[in-house]
Parts: sequence; C-alpha cells; structure tokens
Amino acid sequence: MPDQVLFAMEVTLNGLMAGVLYALVALGFVLIFKASGIFNFAQGVMALFAAMTLVGIMEGQVPFSHLINATFGTDIHHFGWQVPALLAIVLTTGVMVVLAWCVQRFVMGHLVNQEPIILFMATIGLAYFLEGVSDLMWGSEIRTLDVGLPQGINETIDAFTYDLFGYGFFIDNLDIVASVIAALLVAGLVVFAQYTKQGRAMRAVADDHQAALSVGISLNFIWVLVWSIAGFVALVAGIMWGTKSGVQFSLSLIALKALPVLMLGGFTSIPGAIVGGLIIGVGEKLFEFLLGGLMGGATENWFAYVLALLFLLVRPQGLFGEKIIERV
Amino acid sequence: MTKKLTTLALGVMLAAGPAMADLVFPSLSYRTGPYAAGGIQFADGYADYLTLLNERDGGIGGEKIRMPECETAYNTEKGVECYESTKGEGALVYQPLSTGIAYQLIPKMNVDKIPMLTSGLGRTSSKNGDVFPYVFNFPANYWDGASVIVKHILDQEGGDLNGKKIALVHHNSAYGKEPIRTLEALSEKHGFDLTTIPVDHPGQEQKSQWLQVRRERPDYVILYGWGVMTPVAVQEAANIRFPMDKMIGIWWSGSENDVLSAGAAADGYKAVAFHNVGSDFPIYDDLKEYVYDAGKAAGNGDQHGTTIYSRGLYAAMLVAEAARTAQEMHDTKAINAQQMRDGMEALEITEERMTELGMPKFGPEFKVTCRNHGGEGYAAVTQWDAKAKQWTLITDFIQSDQDIVQPLIEEDSAAYAAENNIPSHCD
Repeated sequence: MPDQVLFAMEVTLNGLMAGVLYALVALGFVLIFKASGIFNFAQGVMALFAAMTLVGIMEGQVPFSHLINATFGTDIHHFGWQVPALLAIVLTTGVMVVLAWCVQRFVMGHLVNQEPIILFMATIGLAYFLEGVSDLMWGSEIRTLDVGLPQGINETIDAFTYDLFGYGFFIDNLDIVASVIAALLVAGLVVFAQYTKQGRAMRAVADDHQAALSVGISLNFIWVLVWSIAGFVALVAGIMWGTKSGVQFSLSLIALKALPVLMLGGFTSIPGAIVGGLIIGVGEKLFEFLLGGLMGGATENWFAYVLALLFLLVRPQGLFGEKIIERV
Repeated sequence: MTKKLTTLALGVMLAAGPAMADLVFPSLSYRTGPYAAGGIQFADGYADYLTLLNERDGGIGGEKIRMPECETAYNTEKGVECYESTKGEGALVYQPLSTGIAYQLIPKMNVDKIPMLTSGLGRTSSKNGDVFPYVFNFPANYWDGASVIVKHILDQEGGDLNGKKIALVHHNSAYGKEPIRTLEALSEKHGFDLTTIPVDHPGQEQKSQWLQVRRERPDYVILYGWGVMTPVAVQEAANIRFPMDKMIGIWWSGSENDVLSAGAAADGYKAVAFHNVGSDFPIYDDLKEYVYDAGKAAGNGDQHGTTIYSRGLYAAMLVAEAARTAQEMHDTKAINAQQMRDGMEALEITEERMTELGMPKFGPEFKVTCRNHGGEGYAAVTQWDAKAKQWTLITDFIQSDQDIVQPLIEEDSAAYAAENNIPSHCD
C-alpha cells in the first residue's frame, strides 16, 4: 500500500480519537442548552475549575491558602495528606454539585424567563468569576495531573499495523482510554435519561418548561441536576486534557474546540455532539495532512469552523439539531 | 474659601502623587491569564532583586527604587494601557515580557523618550541602536537563540550537518516565526534540510504536528513555544519516542513549567538560556536575609530559583546596573529616563562585576554601544534532569553566528528605518 494512503489512515484514526476529546467538551454545552436553553459560556472554565479542584484535593492543598496567609499572616499550604485519585474524583464531583447549586441559587434562579442573550451574558460573567476563584482557591501554577491513565504509543496497534502494512500506526493510549470513557459516559447519560425518574423529568423540562411545571416537576431541581451533570462532564474533559498538558489556565480554552462541533452537530443532541466531534476531528486532521503544507500549516483551528459553516449551509440547525419553525 | 479649597487640593495632589525623586521601574507583569505561570515567576524575580537593593543598599546610589506593578494578562492592549498609566510616574525603563506589547511600545518609546529592554524577546532588529535608540535587547535575541541551537547541533554532529533534517516546531505567531529567516540562512550555510511546522495558539492539540514529525523523522527538533504549547509538545514528542536530547527549545520553552507535567518522559530535553539557572549563587544568601526572611518576597514567595524567576532577577540586575552607570555618567542620583537610556547604552557587564553582585557566571559578559544594543549574542544550553527536577547548564555561553545574524539585523532595521523615515541616531 502506498505510504500516503497509510499515513492518511493513521491521520484518520487519530482524527477520530481527537474528535472524541472535542465531543467530551461539547457534551457539557449540549446538556445545559437542551435542558434550559442556556448557552453556557463557562463550560471551558468549569473544566479548568474541576481539574484544578481535583489536583488540589489529590495533593491535600488548603483551598484559598494564599488568601488566608495574606490575611492572617499564617503559613499554611497543605493538610499534609494525599488523597487517592478515585476518592478525589468523587470529592471533586461533590464540589461540582455544590457549584451547580450555587449557580442555580445565586445566578440562574434570578434570571428565569429572561431573554436567552441575558442568560448567555450571565454565563460570561460566571466564566470570569470562576477563573478568578480557581486562581484564588488553588493558585496559578501549572499542575501535574496523574490519575493513573496510560500515555504514549499503543504497542499492540503499532505491532499489529506494522505486521499488516509494514508501517506501525501511532495511537496514543490516552486517546483510547478517552474514547472508552466517552462511550461509557454517553451510554450512562442515555440510560439515565431514558430509564430513571429524574432523567425523564429532565427530558420533560427540555421539551417544554411550562408543561413540565404543570405536572409538578421542580425546575430548580432539574436545573441543578443538569448543571451538576455538566460539571461532571467538565471534570472528565478536564482530566483527559489536563493529563496531556498539565492543569493550567489554557484548559479553559478547550471550549474553542467544542464550538464548531456544536455548530455541526446541533446544540440539542447528544449523538450530535459525538458525531460532530468525530467529523470535525477527522476533517481537520485530514485537511492538515493533505493540504496544510500548501497553506503554511496550522490549518486546524480555522478549518474546523469552515467545515461547520459548510454543514450549516445545508442544515442550519446542525446535523441532529431540532428544526425550529416559528409561526406568526 | 477658594484659597482653602485650592490649598486642600494641592495637599491631596502632593500626598497622592508619586515621589519624583524615586527611581521608578514599572513592572508590566501578568499574574493572570494563560501565561500566568511564567509571568508570575518573572515578576517575582524582578521585584525581589529591586527589593533587595532597597533593603540592603538603600536603593541604587542611595536613591530608593519604586516599582509600580500593572497587570497586563499578556494582553497587548492592556500592556499599552499599563504603559500609558505608569509612564507619567517618572518611569525610567520598561521590560514588557511580551513580544506583542514590545512591538506596540517601540514607536511610543521614541516619542516619550523612555528606554525599553526586551532581553530575548521583541523585535530582533532593534539590536541596531542606530535605528532604535530607545530599544535594547541585550544580551541575546531570538536569532541568536536559533543560531546557538544550530551551533550546539553542529557540535553534537561533529561539525557536519550536510543531509541532516531539522524541524522547527513553532508557535504560529510573530514570535514563533522570528527564527525562520535565520534558520533558512543557516540551512543554506550548513546544508541541512529545514522543515517548519506551525502550531496554532494556544497549542493544546498538536497531534497533526507530531504525526508529521513522526513521518518525516527529523534528526533534531527546534522548539519555539510559549505557554501550554511547550508542555504539550514535550509530551507528544515523548509519545512518539522522539529522543529528548535531540529536541532543543528556545529560552521561552525551557522552564520548569514546560517539563514537569511530562514527568520522567521529559528527561534530557534541552533549551538555550541567556542566563544561568538554579539558586546556587551567593546573591541568594542576601535575598534570604533581606527579602525572604524579612517577609518582603514578591508574590507567594515560592518561585525562588526557578528558571524564569532567575530571568527576572537577571533582568532587574541589568537595569539596576544601567541606572548605576547613568548615575555615574551624569553625576546625579536622581536620573531621568533619557539619562537612563544613556546608562543602558554605556552598560558593560563583566564577570568581575557579576561576581561582586553575588552572581558569578550568571550571564555572559557584554558591552553595549550606540550601534549595538543587543550585546554579543551569547547563550548557553541547559538540560532537564527529570529525576532531580532541575535544569543544568551543560555548555559554556556560546556566541551566535554573527556572520549570519548581523546582516539580517542590518537588513531588517534598514527596512524599518526607510519605512518610518528614522534618521541615524549614532552619526
């Protein structure tokens, strides 16, 4: 088989894996938008906040220690213990639930029935607030996140493809793990939405707020639930991306990778986020491989948006989005 | 009544206004935003050195130092706002740790007649003081960095790079593209093949770039990254099993922030530096006594000895020495910005002086002149020891290939002078 075909196959596989990571971020946006019509600008910062909290808990760091020391003249930084990764993930999930409750109680709860643009603006404020709180709570240093996920080339795939084609494909173990976790996450969300009381209530709210209220569903509870789930998804995304690059401010910028996925897949569809992620991942990687050299390289960031816009020309609501028809 | 109000207003102005006799070194720092990790370290080092001079020596030449700090978040617009809001305080010199801010400030410096030091960053051709009288970039610039890296590779390859492949993985920005011309000229001179591989900001996702490296199998990778781009690049290089000792970063890709997250995989990674690293210098004894233990350390006081903290210390030492030179030249303690510029242009850093300052072999020796605002272009190679978690200098300071770098500087600065009708400063 010609080398270029083998390289293209390798690029496609890696694009699929990258797409799963994009989809992980997009999923958080979809959950909140679907249930409450809010485009959550703070989703990327939530991933940063979740990852920083996770590392802070694992390392036994005292939250707000710099603030405490500056105020009271103390010199405390750590509790002196280390928390195992699994327990730290559970505790961080708890923190994200508390954050969800706070968001609903102090921000969104006051903005019920407001225009979508006002809700969107509120999430911009929330993003800046969370950025500041993350820094204040855990510091600005780059942290190493090690929850035991494997990284590096997958030897089995390398050896298998080498035997088959005479060229070993590179697939990162972390990407494989991310794909498995994303698949489990989506399956779990589908089961939750289809077969649990709260999940059905969540779907009812997503379909029609007023109808859901009329049958006794608590909007407040559902929104706290949705923000909590989005917080958990942000934690998973934060773990995956944070393991690759360390936990640092730039983690909040991964939201930029989710936007074309949402445009393509639709803002209201969980399968849309997954399929959109895969199309963007493969599309941008193949374009960079085939034509990037002719255009000076680094085409991925803008090509993802071009690809999404091309899809929008054909399906303005996205691949799986709901077609909204408003009649006068 | 009017008289009372006027007196009161005057009193408030006098109380609130800056003490003009102080030596003012504004710090355009970034302790927030995507590049905060490096920004904090530099700002802390810069502040701690100046605090040491105040606490130990009563300032410079007996004149106290004041350092108004302004947060830029590495944002060019905010950086310019910071400059505008602090220049009226009697600012003597600016050191924006950002090429973007530096580019915006270059034309302003000529108008406001305040000097700027952009060590290892900014517009490379501002080394030509004949065209850029208020901009200095000693002791080394981006092109020096690229040339020193190639010299090190030459050394590793026994002096012959014919047929070798070198890939430049760079931030897709003005900063990241800076070394391309130099490397192209060096590639012609030494016969190596150069491939340039850009990475878009912020550089969180680099799979395509490293698959390309894996396919093309370069012998060496030169890395011009900043922020999250570098740790991701180091991790991806480790993932494809690229030998770490054949990957060499510029100084903005050579701090602890860039390698710690990759853990043991980053062991052996190299980067050039225009100053020494670590805390094994006598100055740290004084810093401990007068700054750290006295509770006067900047920030959280937890960055001492890191690479970029050392860069901040070094940057502060350079401007303090320039201020001292200016005081001697103009026979006054309370120098102004123009006198400070003269001091920078007459600055000479010798090993003897660095030893006196408690910083022996901390940086290269150099002498600034009217036409040469950038020193002699010396940098050393450092290497990361993942087990000890420290950078170590593994070479002496090496001079860049001036036969390649200097003509490029002349050409670029001449074009800038023609474009902006800038008369010769030195003739």
